[in-house]
Amino acid sequence: MSNTAITRISLSRRTLLATGAAALATPMLSRRAFAAPTELTMLAWYGHAEPDIVAEFEAENNVKFVPKYYTGGDNMLGLISQSPAGTFDVILSDAEYVQQLNVAGYIEELDPADYPFSDFFPEFQHFPGHWDGDKLYSVITRFGFLGVAYNTDALTEAEASSYNVYWDPKLTGKVGHFDWHLPNLGQMSLLNGNPSPYDIDEAAWTAVKEKTLSLRPQIGGFFDYGGTFSSLNDGQMLAFAGIGDWITGTLEKNGAKVRSTIPQEGGLQFTESFSIGKGSQKADLAKKWIQYITSAKGQAKSAQMAAYPCMIPNQKGWEVLNAENPAEAKRQGMVLGESNAMDLIRSGRIKYRQLPVQQDLETWNDFWSEYKGA
Amino acid sequence: MRRHVTLYGLTFSLPLLIWQVLFFVFPLVFLVALSFWTVKNFAMRPDFDTINWVTMFSRKVFWQAYGTTFVLATAAAALTSILAFPCAYAIAFKLSDNARRWAVFLMVIPFFTSYLVRVYSWQIFLSDAGIINVLLGWIGLGPFHMLNTVGATIIGYLTLCFPLAVLLQLFSLVFIDRTLIEAAHNMRCGRLRTVFAVVIPSARVGLVIAALFCFILSFGDFVSPIYLGGGDPTTLSILITDTTKSGQQWPRAAVIALTMVGTLLAVAFLAVKFAYKGRTK
Repeated sequence: MSNTAITRISLSRRTLLATGAAALATPMLSRRAFAAPTELTMLAWYGHAEPDIVAEFEAENNVKFVPKYYTGGDNMLGLISQSPAGTFDVILSDAEYVQQLNVAGYIEELDPADYPFSDFFPEFQHFPGHWDGDKLYSVITRFGFLGVAYNTDALTEAEASSYNVYWDPKLTGKVGHFDWHLPNLGQMSLLNGNPSPYDIDEAAWTAVKEKTLSLRPQIGGFFDYGGTFSSLNDGQMLAFAGIGDWITGTLEKNGAKVRSTIPQEGGLQFTESFSIGKGSQKADLAKKWIQYITSAKGQAKSAQMAAYPCMIPNQKGWEVLNAENPAEAKRQGMVLGESNAMDLIRSGRIKYRQLPVQQDLETWNDFWSEYKGA
Repeated sequence: MRRHVTLYGLTFSLPLLIWQVLFFVFPLVFLVALSFWTVKNFAMRPDFDTINWVTMFSRKVFWQAYGTTFVLATAAAALTSILAFPCAYAIAFKLSDNARRWAVFLMVIPFFTSYLVRVYSWQIFLSDAGIINVLLGWIGLGPFHMLNTVGATIIGYLTLCFPLAVLLQLFSLVFIDRTLIEAAHNMRCGRLRTVFAVVIPSARVGLVIAALFCFILSFGDFVSPIYLGGGDPTTLSILITDTTKSGQQWPRAAVIALTMVGTLLAVAFLAVKFAYKGRTK
């Protein structure tokens, strides 16, 4: 009786110990089998860390992106300057802000050999602003054109082929502005015939201001990102200044009767590029991400981003996109062997959007505020 | 008579004090300091320079925005108070206890939904091809341009303030001594005259506080002017975002914010003084 009891106790002790050991070991085993994904922080415009873009990379590398989205370069600089070094592993920036990021010491120098520049169109292999001499700080991933955005029920493509359409009496109160001075004033500068729209002397700047002020009675509103989408989508605004296919392309794909065109006076080009944040503890993984998104496969994916489509600088990416989605490649003008986006750039009709050269940024912004209040 | 500070009293008052210091006084002091900082090449530098105050106060657009915001907020406070009063009056004096509870509940329901969502839904009603214009079209009227106008901004302010104004007015009206109203009626005072001569003076504190809240909420609101007013005309809240969009000019934005805080404090002080004027302890 007592032996049985001792055996039972002994067995239960063993069982207890074994169970305890197993219980303690389980997290270790499961950690090995299902390691928690590494978090990679990304500071970007909305859409760049959404599943349609990052899901494949996350699955292949056991990574989880933690995005922080911004609207506009100043917003981005503000977020970085208010965060400790190393907060953001990957930073997406428009070209004109890369230099500011570099001067402020917010981004790491990159090794050009790590990225597929040989696959890029020559125009994007040494993109201004991304390099400081031979030192690389940012890798271009997408670009787009800004022109006249219009409602196709209200205007024909021929009517929208000049910025002068904004002054059309039938559009009074129906012209919207994307509320950022740089693209809007750049377009006005192009309309005034300035070959370098952001590098203008005082006389030309005064003329740009006068031209812009003459547009004020036509304006129905000044809209942020969301307001721009909704006012174009519901037909509240019939023409829009300061935007391009990155807005209308998304709406068009969802059935809205809107489109963008590059007018005869020329269009503006914006670019988006990836950098690695200074002090990032996951710089290798960040590099791997930039390699992925600038590869042909990643580029084709990026061109079709659900949030907003853009053109891509990787020629092999164009080939993949044409094989995967020829309709979208054609819509965006990325078909090799026929008239395409690169021809527009090479013909000189497209100018880079950049910070003003001969005036302070503050001067342009102050005028924009005055224009809004006029 | 000298009051003693007791541990019991501190237990209840200290958390509030700490909260106020952490989340009001400290940020306010920081905002004041920030307004004297300078910005060079997108980087803010701690400094003591009055340039931001001088620059902002000398700009015509700042005073235009200030005037616009003040007038719009005043109009919103007046309009909301006028429209809310009959509603609060009916709930206070005309409804049964049970119906009153339901009415209060209905006034609370709007707060369950995000203000931003409510404002976006107004776009569906007010746009040129929206619900209102479609309905008017059926009787051969319109379309009327309503969205991206000052009127639409005011509708947004009403959306924000109306339920709160009704509730604040209501709590003031239900505590009016009913014998005063009966006395007025006994002395052959008409219904309308009773409202103006007895009800409104008796509920003055609640009515003024309700109007004050409407003013405060509308004065600082960004959502309605941008999404219903189309950002035109520029209000102070829009001017703050414009200012921060250019070269990290947060110190100038701080100047605008402090001017707004100062204005709200002055208006609140005057309103409270008016509300309690002639009252004895």
